[in-house]
Amino acid sequence: MRHTIAVIVENKSGALTRIAGLFSRRSFNIDSLSVGATDNPEYSRMTITVHGDEDVLEQVIKQLSKLINVIRVSELEPAESVERELAIIKVSADRENRGEIMQIVEIFRASIIDVSARSIIIEATGDEEKIDAIVQLLRQFGIKELARTGKVSMVRGARVIKA
Amino acid sequence: MPEQRTRMTGAQAVLESLKREGADVVFGLPGGVLLPLYDAIYQSDIRHILVRHEQGAAHMADGYARATGKVGVCIATSGPGATNLVTGIANAYMDSVPMVAITGQVNTFLIGKDAFQEADITGITLPITKHNYLLRSAKEITQVFREAFYIARSGRPGPVLIDLPRDVTVEEVEFTWPEINLPGYHPSVKVHEMQIKKAAQALMGALRPVLYVGGGVKYADAHRELFDLAVKINAPVTTTLMGVGCFPEDHPLSLGMLGMHGTKYANYAIQESDLIMAVGARFDDRVTGKIASFAPHAKIVHIDVDPAEIGKNVRVDIPVVGDAKNALVALLKEVLPKPRSAWNEKIESWKKDFPMKYVPDMSIIKPQFVIEKLCELAPDAIITTEVGQNQMWAAQFFVHKDPRKFISSGGLGTMGYGFPAAIGAKMGMPDCEVIDIAGDGSFLMNSQELATAVVNDIPVKVAILNNGCLGMVRQWQELFFEKRYSATILGRTSPDFVKLAEAYGALGLRATKPAEVEPVIRAALASDRPTIMDFIVNPAEKVSPMVPAGATLSEILELEWCDEAQACHLEKIYAQSRSDILGQEG
Repeated sequence: MRHTIAVIVENKSGALTRIAGLFSRRSFNIDSLSVGATDNPEYSRMTITVHGDEDVLEQVIKQLSKLINVIRVSELEPAESVERELAIIKVSADRENRGEIMQIVEIFRASIIDVSARSIIIEATGDEEKIDAIVQLLRQFGIKELARTGKVSMVRGARVIKA
Repeated sequence: MPEQRTRMTGAQAVLESLKREGADVVFGLPGGVLLPLYDAIYQSDIRHILVRHEQGAAHMADGYARATGKVGVCIATSGPGATNLVTGIANAYMDSVPMVAITGQVNTFLIGKDAFQEADITGITLPITKHNYLLRSAKEITQVFREAFYIARSGRPGPVLIDLPRDVTVEEVEFTWPEINLPGYHPSVKVHEMQIKKAAQALMGALRPVLYVGGGVKYADAHRELFDLAVKINAPVTTTLMGVGCFPEDHPLSLGMLGMHGTKYANYAIQESDLIMAVGARFDDRVTGKIASFAPHAKIVHIDVDPAEIGKNVRVDIPVVGDAKNALVALLKEVLPKPRSAWNEKIESWKKDFPMKYVPDMSIIKPQFVIEKLCELAPDAIITTEVGQNQMWAAQFFVHKDPRKFISSGGLGTMGYGFPAAIGAKMGMPDCEVIDIAGDGSFLMNSQELATAVVNDIPVKVAILNNGCLGMVRQWQELFFEKRYSATILGRTSPDFVKLAEAYGALGLRATKPAEVEPVIRAALASDRPTIMDFIVNPAEKVSPMVPAGATLSEILELEWCDEAQACHLEKIYAQSRSDILGQEG
């Protein structure tokens, strides 16, 4: 069972190491982790995807909450939240197949952000399944390089997760 | 306090912060990057105890903290000094001991350059501290020290490390005493009223309740409330190793210690109980035995200040997050007196049928006999222990009555802990007799601190149960590895502990026969110097009873304490004492 957790953390040196270290130390399986600024420069927001049963999730949340630099830990229910991931994908492309690739890009509402004689770079945004799908479709042309951000997520509606 | 503004160096700000936090004694050893700090210590009225190895400093701070309830402070220089603290810090972390460890660090502009005596000690101690800090500027000193002491002593206590680069200690700074600002730290000490009501109902409804008590009761200073509750509802009490002394062991409701080397009756009571109320205990594997068959009929109430402990190892029916004292005070108001029941009678009959015992011997000293004599002659002493058989016998055969008078390395199981911890305890409680119950293997791991004890005139006593081997491991080899004593035979030729004591300027005493035990203890207690008692004990004696690893608590075995043939065999090996036969005969 996969769970998505949002963690508001103080912007202090070592905070990221503390969190990452906790996962390996306690044998929690981490699928993805993304981190970035919030609107308050003192805090960062991490989105962590873990898998495990309810007991594991409870321990993850409790152990994260124990860290002094962690301000808040919340689970994001998939049904009640929106999630996005960004991928940039360098695909082999020549005159013959470029058109086909561009059609796929259009269908996925992705965009082309770089073009050269033999390759193009595609930027795609969406939930994990959508990214998986476009990657799968592009594979036939030859993926030269792939970079994904990991998931960011937010609760729908008025509820707010902040410090 | 009106805010005072004074200009001083970072080092002086450290000392002023320590003073304001109530540190009257610190344990440490200087080094290059610590010269400015030690210069400030020289000019300060805080007492500094110079140790002979930094591990000693960490254990002394730990022993001081456990005996007094205050935060222990240790200091070590950068690099090897700091890494030598690591075992002591890990030890304090596992047993939730309030401690502040201060380490020197290379100048900030050299950090990360593999400078001389540089070690990333904040990185190294990340998983074994409650929190740690690397200071970058003298302006941070007071804020960080204030927070560090607060974090160390509040909630579930633990060690906090502060890494102090050299240039930060010489930088001039305006001294201020800022407020604590920890937006992510809110220890949950208050208890939830509804949960207390549920717990009280469960206690009232239970036919076979057991109170299972750990170190949390000691740290919350809640042993009186625990006593009142147990007596009010006639509930038997068992303690973990960390909880030893939280309930007087001579009381009819006491079950003594539970778990691997606990009493048979404590383990039977747990397995038959219909309600276990854990207070400040964490269902460690040495306590539960096989977790799947632990207390199969019991509903579990778990009171703990650390929410992460609840539900970590066992399913909990009624969780109560909060300070043990708050919880017990609230519970006392909710419960009604309960009369004695058939359960009390059953427990009393178990206690009669399966007492803690050993086979006395008139010709050779039994280690249990030494402990009984220590208890008889120094019943109010603070007992520290090393780790292994000595520790278990000290827990089993000394009658403990005071939570702060049994000091032992539980979670980490650190050999070499007891002696420096005794020195720390004695510094904190100078009017108490302090006795380290040791093994010959463990004692050597920090015996260099004899110099610290002698030079600083700290008259701790050490009772070495000298069996010439690493006894607990040897016991397992005898039981589970067909008596192949791989690397557990120390022999008795080196060192001569009496001469070792004398070399350091301490008093050395030896007993080789049972009749000599009492005179040796009396002489040690009469001495005002650090004293080593070398008790030559039966080498084949085993710790009993025992729940084999992975077994259910009720499968506790009465071991044959001492196999005579083994005793002769071991003595023969010691006498020959040649390396080529060590560990090779069975």
